[in-house]
Amino acid sequence: MSNKQKSLQSHPLAGWLMTAPALILIVLFLVGPFILAFGFSFTNQRLISPNPTQFVGLSNFEQLLGVGVLTLDPERDDAGQVVLDAEGQPSYPRLRDYTRNNPDYPQYDGMREWFSFSTGDARTYVLARDTVFMKALTNTLLFVIIVAPVQSGLALLLALMINQKLRGINVFRTIYFMPVVVSIVVVSLLWRFIYDGRNGLLNNLLEFLTFGHFQPIDWLGNPDTALFAIIGMSIWQAVGFHMVIWLSGLQTIPLTLYEAADIEGATPWQKFRFVTWPGLRNTAVLILVVITMQAFALFSQIDVMTNGGPLDSTQTLVFQAVVRGYEQQNIAGGSAISVILFLLVLSISLIQRYLTRERT
Amino acid sequence: MAGLSLSNLKKTYGKVEVIKDVDLEIGHGEFVVFVGPSGCGKSTLLRMIAGLEDITGGELRIGDKIVNQVQPRDRGVAMVFQSYALYPHMTVYDNVGFGLRLNKTPKDVRDRKIREAAQILQMEHLLDRKPAQLSGGQRQRVAIGRAIVRQPEVFLFDEPLSNLDAALRMDMRMEISKLHQELGATMIYVTHDQVEAMTLADKIVVLNAGVVQQVGSPLELYNRPANLFVAGFIGSPKMNMVEVSVETAGANAIDISGPAIGRLSLATEASGIVLGDKMTLGIRPHDFQQVPEGPFKGTVTLVEHLGNETMVSLKLANGEAMIAALDGDTTCAIGETVSLDFNRDKVHLFDSGGQRRG
Ligand SMILES: Nc1ncnc2c1ncn2[C@@H]1O[C@H](COP(=O)(O)OP(=O)(O)OP(=O)(O)O)[C@@H](O)[C@H]1O
Ligand SMILES: [Mg+2]
Repeated sequence: MSNKQKSLQSHPLAGWLMTAPALILIVLFLVGPFILAFGFSFTNQRLISPNPTQFVGLSNFEQLLGVGVLTLDPERDDAGQVVLDAEGQPSYPRLRDYTRNNPDYPQYDGMREWFSFSTGDARTYVLARDTVFMKALTNTLLFVIIVAPVQSGLALLLALMINQKLRGINVFRTIYFMPVVVSIVVVSLLWRFIYDGRNGLLNNLLEFLTFGHFQPIDWLGNPDTALFAIIGMSIWQAVGFHMVIWLSGLQTIPLTLYEAADIEGATPWQKFRFVTWPGLRNTAVLILVVITMQAFALFSQIDVMTNGGPLDSTQTLVFQAVVRGYEQQNIAGGSAISVILFLLVLSISLIQRYLTRERT
Repeated sequence: MAGLSLSNLKKTYGKVEVIKDVDLEIGHGEFVVFVGPSGCGKSTLLRMIAGLEDITGGELRIGDKIVNQVQPRDRGVAMVFQSYALYPHMTVYDNVGFGLRLNKTPKDVRDRKIREAAQILQMEHLLDRKPAQLSGGQRQRVAIGRAIVRQPEVFLFDEPLSNLDAALRMDMRMEISKLHQELGATMIYVTHDQVEAMTLADKIVVLNAGVVQQVGSPLELYNRPANLFVAGFIGSPKMNMVEVSVETAGANAIDISGPAIGRLSLATEASGIVLGDKMTLGIRPHDFQQVPEGPFKGTVTLVEHLGNETMVSLKLANGEAMIAALDGDTTCAIGETVSLDFNRDKVHLFDSGGQRRG
C-alpha cells in the first residue's frame, strides 16, 4: 500500500498532475483571455455578428488615441477688428466646419473637442477622435495619482499607530481591516446611501457640524464631486489592507535599532526618518506597485455607484472596456482599451521599480 | 566625572522579580563587569542603567544626578549591543556618525571625530562600506566606534564579543582594555565568560537570580569567594567541593572529616564553628599536588594534557568526582590510582548556608 503511494508520487507526471487544476484555471481565465485580447485588438471583432472578422491593423488604436490640435483666429470684420458677440466675447468659426467633411482638413475628420484654451486672441482646440476614452484615461490617471499617495500614506499612519503596545489595540486593528473583508459591491451600495443627495449620512453630518449652514450636495450626481466621492470611498475601503502590509514591514525592524537610536539621542521624528523609513523600503515598493495596479483596475465602484456618469465624469478605462465590449458589443474596441491599460500599468510599474531600485 | 550609584534597585515584570535590591557603587573611570549565569538579570540591570527599561524601585544616580526618570539620550551613556544594532542602510561612516548627526554637530567637526574614532579602531579603510559587507569583528568595531565618537561618560557593553570566534574575541578583548585606558571613561560590561571578566575588570559584580552575590576585584573573587555560588562560578576548571563535618573546633584550628577524605586538621579561625557542623570544603584544582600518600585517593577517569599543565579527573572511593590540575609532565593513565594532597593555606570553607567561613 505505502509502496504504491510512493511510486505514484515519484512518477514524473505527478507534479504536473497536481498543479494541473491551478494551471488549467490560470490558462483558461488569465493567459487565454490576455492573448485573445491582444489578438482582437487588431481586428474588427464584434460580440455577435454575421460578418466575418477582419484584420484591421492599428486602426482600433488610432481610433482611441487619435488627437489633433487646431488653432483658430477669431472672426474679424472688414476693418480687421475682432467681432465680439453679445456677451463681449470674440467669436470663432464653428469647429464642425473643420471636423465634418472638410476636404482641406482630412486629419480632423470625425474628431470632437476634448478641451480648449485661449492664447491671445487665438483659441486652441485640442481634438480627440474618442473623447469618452480620453475622459476615461484622464479620470483613471487622476484616480491613481490621488489614491496611490493618499492611501499608502494613510495606511502607514494607521500602521504606525496600531504598532503601539497598548491594551486593546487589536480592536482597532480589526476595525480598520473590516472594510477589506466586505465585498466592494456591498461597500459601494452602502456608500451610495452615505453620498445620497437628500438624506445621505455625509450631508446630514456636514449639516450637523455646520449648524445647518451646509447646503446638501448630490455627491454622486454632480460632475464636480462624483469622481472625488468615489476616490474617498475607495481609499477608505482598501486602506486597512495596506495598513496590514505596512504593519508586517514595521515588525521586521529589529527593536535594538530603536534602542540604539534612543541612546544616540534620536527624537521620535528622527527615529522614523533614520530607522523606520529606511527599514520599510521594500514594503513601500510593494505597496506602491500594488496600489497603482489596483487603482488602474477601478471598475466595481463605478459600475455600482455611477455607471460612468454624470456627464462621463467618472468614466474609467476598465469600465469603458467593459461597456464597449459587452454593452456596445465592440469586443475589438474593448480589447484595444485593455491592451492600452496593460501597457500603461506595465510601464508605470517598470518606472517605479527603476526609481526605487537598490542603489549601491 | 561620572561614577554611578545604584541603591536598592528593583525590577519586576508583572509578579516576577528579576532584579532584587541591588546596591552598587561604581567609581569614575572604573571598568566593572557583571557576570552570572544566563537569565540572572545582567542585561536587565544594564538596560536599566541605559534607560531602556523602567526602574521599578530604588534609585539610580549617574554622576550626582538621579536619573530614574531621565530619557536614555540625556543620561550621557553609550551602549554597544550584542547584536551590534548597526543601521543596515547606512555606511560605516554614517553609522559611526549617527549620534553626532542627530544632535546636529557641524559637518567638519563630525568628520574629524568619525575619522579619529576610525583611526583608534583601525577601520579607516572600512568607512565606505555597508554593515552587510563587514565581518563580525569589523561590525563590532563599528558598534564601538559609534559609542566612542560621542565621548560619553559611561560606556555600556552587553556581551559585545559573544558572537565572535575565540581568537577574535581575545583580540577585541585587548582592544577594549586598551580603549578603556585611553579614554579613561567608566565602562560597564556584561558577560557570562569569566575569562573576559577576570581579564578586563577592575571590579567584578557576580549576579545570581537578580541578587548581587559578591563585588570585588578579580583576585579577591578568586582567592576569597564570599559564598558557594561565587566559588563555583569563578575559576576554571570549577572548584572541587567536598562535604565534611566538624570533629573538633579549637581557637585557631579545626579537625574535619568526611567520607572522601578521612580526617584532616586545618588551621583556620574557628569562631562560631561548633562540633558536628556540616560544612563544605572547597579546593581549587590548581591547589592539588600528586603525592605518594595523601588524603585524596582515586581512580583516574580522564587525562587531558594541555602542555603547561595536565588536567586529571578522578573518581574517589565514595564515588565523588574531582578535578586536579597537575604539572605538565605528569604521567598517569586512565584506571590508575593516584594520591593527592592539597595546599592547606588555600582551602575554602563554607558553612551549611553556603557562606564563607574563615
Ligand atoms: N520582558 C520580560 N518579561 C518578563 N520577564 C523578562 C522580560 N525580560 C527578561 N525577563 C526575565 O528576566 C530575567 C533576566 O533576564 P536578562 O535578559 O537580564 O538575563 P541575562 O542575565 O542577561 O541572561 P543572558 O546571559 O542569557 O543574556 C530572565 O529570567 C528573563 O526571563
Ligand atoms: Mg543578556
